[in-house]
Amino acid sequence: MTIKVKFFAILRERAGAGEITKEIEEGSTVADLWEALKKDYPGLAPVATRLLYAVNQNYVKPDYALKERDEVVFIPPVSGG
Amino acid sequence: MFRVTREPIDLQELVRCVTDPSAGAIATFIGTTRNNNEGRKVIALDYEAYPEMAEKELARIGEEAKRKWKIERMAITHRIGPVQIAEPSVVIAVSAAHRDDAFQACRFAIEEIKKTVPIWKKEVFEGGEVWIGTQTGQPLPGR
Repeated sequence: MTIKVKFFAILRERAGAGEITKEIEEGSTVADLWEALKKDYPGLAPVATRLLYAVNQNYVKPDYALKERDEVVFIPPVSGG
Repeated sequence: MFRVTREPIDLQELVRCVTDPSAGAIATFIGTTRNNNEGRKVIALDYEAYPEMAEKELARIGEEAKRKWKIERMAITHRIGPVQIAEPSVVIAVSAAHRDDAFQACRFAIEEIKKTVPIWKKEVFEGGEVWIGTQTGQPLPGR
């Protein structure tokens, strides 16, 4: 299935991309997607911890099962204000 | 009104937005960029957001504040892009029948923004730059 991934802030810089699509096996979780992306973008590996996950603009748990065309964003520690 | 914008924030616009005949108080909070942080001399802050989700999360904060306190209206605008020293990066306005609810809801809103809203600031300081991560209290190392 095809998943849309957007990168922001430090992850955008580390990945060298703001928005990508990724083919991933049916039944994959959002945590599986992150593991797969770390192989595609080695620069992401050092920031693996302390991430939150958002699917279609809502926070989800790491075991969230992805669906075709989901929009996924990995959220490093926020620092608004 | 809950939004992120690249333009300078107009405080009066937010105050107008929450003005309500049944309110006896309007509390506002303005977050401004400070010229120093942890011993570093800060030149500017550069904010980035996941804008669609940030606006949804800001609106969620407004809904939660309405459940917790007797407030009439809330408005929050967060600026993104480069923000120069002493300029507002975030403005919150809350109206309520009574001041206590307005103050408490306003305080709640800024604390929640710092915890849950997908907005990040890069601190540009003398000698470098760093993405700030307040969930842990530790800056993430730059590239």
